[in-house]
Amino acid sequence: MKRYSAQIVLIVTVMIGLGISMLSDSLDAYYLDIALNVGINIILAVSLNLVNGHTGQFSLGHAAFMSLGAYGASVFTLEASSKLVPLLGGPGTFATGVAFLIALLIGGICAAICGWLVGMPSLRLRGDYLAIVTLGFNEIVRVILQNTSGDGPLGGPLGLRGIPPHTTFFWVFLFAAVCVYAVTSMVNSTYGRGFLAVRDDELAAGSMGINTVRYKVTAFVTGAFFAGLAGGLYAHLRTTISPEGFNFLKSFDIVVIVILGGMGSTAGVVVAAILLTVLNEFLRDAEQYRMIVFSLLLIVMMIVRPQGLIPSFPFMNSKKKSA
Amino acid sequence: MSTGLKLTDVTIRFGGLKAVSELSFALAPGELVGLIGPNGAGKTTVFNLITGVYTPTEGHIHFDGAPVSRKKPHEITRMGIARTFQNIRLFHSLSVLDNVRAAMLTHLKRGIIHSLTRGPVYHREEAAVEKQALELLDIFGLADARDKNAKSMNYGDQRRLEIVRALATKPNLLLLDEPAAGMNPSEKEDLMQLINFIKQNYNLSVLLVEHDMKVVMGICERIAVLEYGIKIAEGTPKEIQCHPKVIEAYLGVAAD
Repeated sequence: MKRYSAQIVLIVTVMIGLGISMLSDSLDAYYLDIALNVGINIILAVSLNLVNGHTGQFSLGHAAFMSLGAYGASVFTLEASSKLVPLLGGPGTFATGVAFLIALLIGGICAAICGWLVGMPSLRLRGDYLAIVTLGFNEIVRVILQNTSGDGPLGGPLGLRGIPPHTTFFWVFLFAAVCVYAVTSMVNSTYGRGFLAVRDDELAAGSMGINTVRYKVTAFVTGAFFAGLAGGLYAHLRTTISPEGFNFLKSFDIVVIVILGGMGSTAGVVVAAILLTVLNEFLRDAEQYRMIVFSLLLIVMMIVRPQGLIPSFPFMNSKKKSA
Repeated sequence: MSTGLKLTDVTIRFGGLKAVSELSFALAPGELVGLIGPNGAGKTTVFNLITGVYTPTEGHIHFDGAPVSRKKPHEITRMGIARTFQNIRLFHSLSVLDNVRAAMLTHLKRGIIHSLTRGPVYHREEAAVEKQALELLDIFGLADARDKNAKSMNYGDQRRLEIVRALATKPNLLLLDEPAAGMNPSEKEDLMQLINFIKQNYNLSVLLVEHDMKVVMGICERIAVLEYGIKIAEGTPKEIQCHPKVIEAYLGVAAD
């Protein structure tokens, strides 16, 4: 059953996640929290890597999509869940679970729609220009959220609070596994050669019959969708969100994970997400030096190992598959 | 029904510069035609016009009766026009095999959903693509290099891979932009054989831009000459060789 190995790995991972989730009450709350952060960062970084690494479109607006997902999911939970849960058979694990899943998907879809709206015009730009546009988009979303009415459903500059803590180990690692699976299987196929071709040489890709715009938008929308999911998970973990938490520094954090892990290497990005999230915890006492440490890490990394922790060998993929 | 390529009064301006001026030109199916001219004559611009990289300011381009001139590059490739580039533009981070696979994905029947679900249909198509790609590589003697990084191959092989990659899109018309550039005499010899082989075995027409006169005169059935974006001559290699305007364009006017 070698050809279904990817699906089997996915299912096994989700089962392990479910198993650990059952034990989560007996785990230390502090370490559990770090583990959940790791999972959310894996989703964010792996999805950004599809855009920045595999497709080569440098986006600096991932936190904006995260915030759209966080707000979308939270508003749904706060406004609609109380009506939906009774319909699903009253408060219980199943009903709240389904309502939470719907909230997360709504968050993801909100982000994906915005990703499409922003991506269609801005993906005509290349390199630095796209980076500036996405950075601008990030700030626009933040400022709009900040300037909503404080009494309205979005909570204005203070954001939303009292979001029920639905996020468990199971949900985080379910979506982390799905995200890794989706990105890997999209890229590692004949269809997926298109992403890499666009990254390597857009003109040549177009001339080989590859619809470059569609590939770029697909990558962008998929990336936005998973960022939205991660945002929803984050909101239901922290129970409070504010526009300020999704500023461009948050985007920068995710970009750092991708670059340190290795652009276009999903495995490297997962490892970097784990390392940097844990490093962040160690730096909690020295919060003001965090950015300095990150920047130094980035500089050292660029000198010593510019290809990232685990460099991608895309030209090995076909070999592995045919074996 | 294949009626070949037809350019009618094609003009393109870049600001004040007329890079190609009222070019009319036809290429019948199965023909091997050369396009020559001094540096900067607009040969590559003609390629870029045909493949949709540029849109003509005036005039029309038709391929097999269908208009080409407002279409995007990938749509034109799907209509059956493939090209190589003057400066090698392989997908440098991909393997040799994957370069060919990337060019084949335009004919994939299944897309993103199947690559996500990975069902039996997906695996069948994947296997078929790999088999076809390997067959192509095998014909052109690149099968042993399948897992090599495209960038790490020698120059001649990279040129060859570019042609193989273009063929993988299943074209009816192949545009070759200076395929002999930077090649030594024996590599040029191989290239001429290769082009003839392709033309005979793949039932396609070839438009060749080339500076190397030995290659052009050796394989082309017909040659068109451009100078400053204007077609100054067209005919058989023999006619072109003694055409006074061509000699003037290449060598200048004799001083009295």
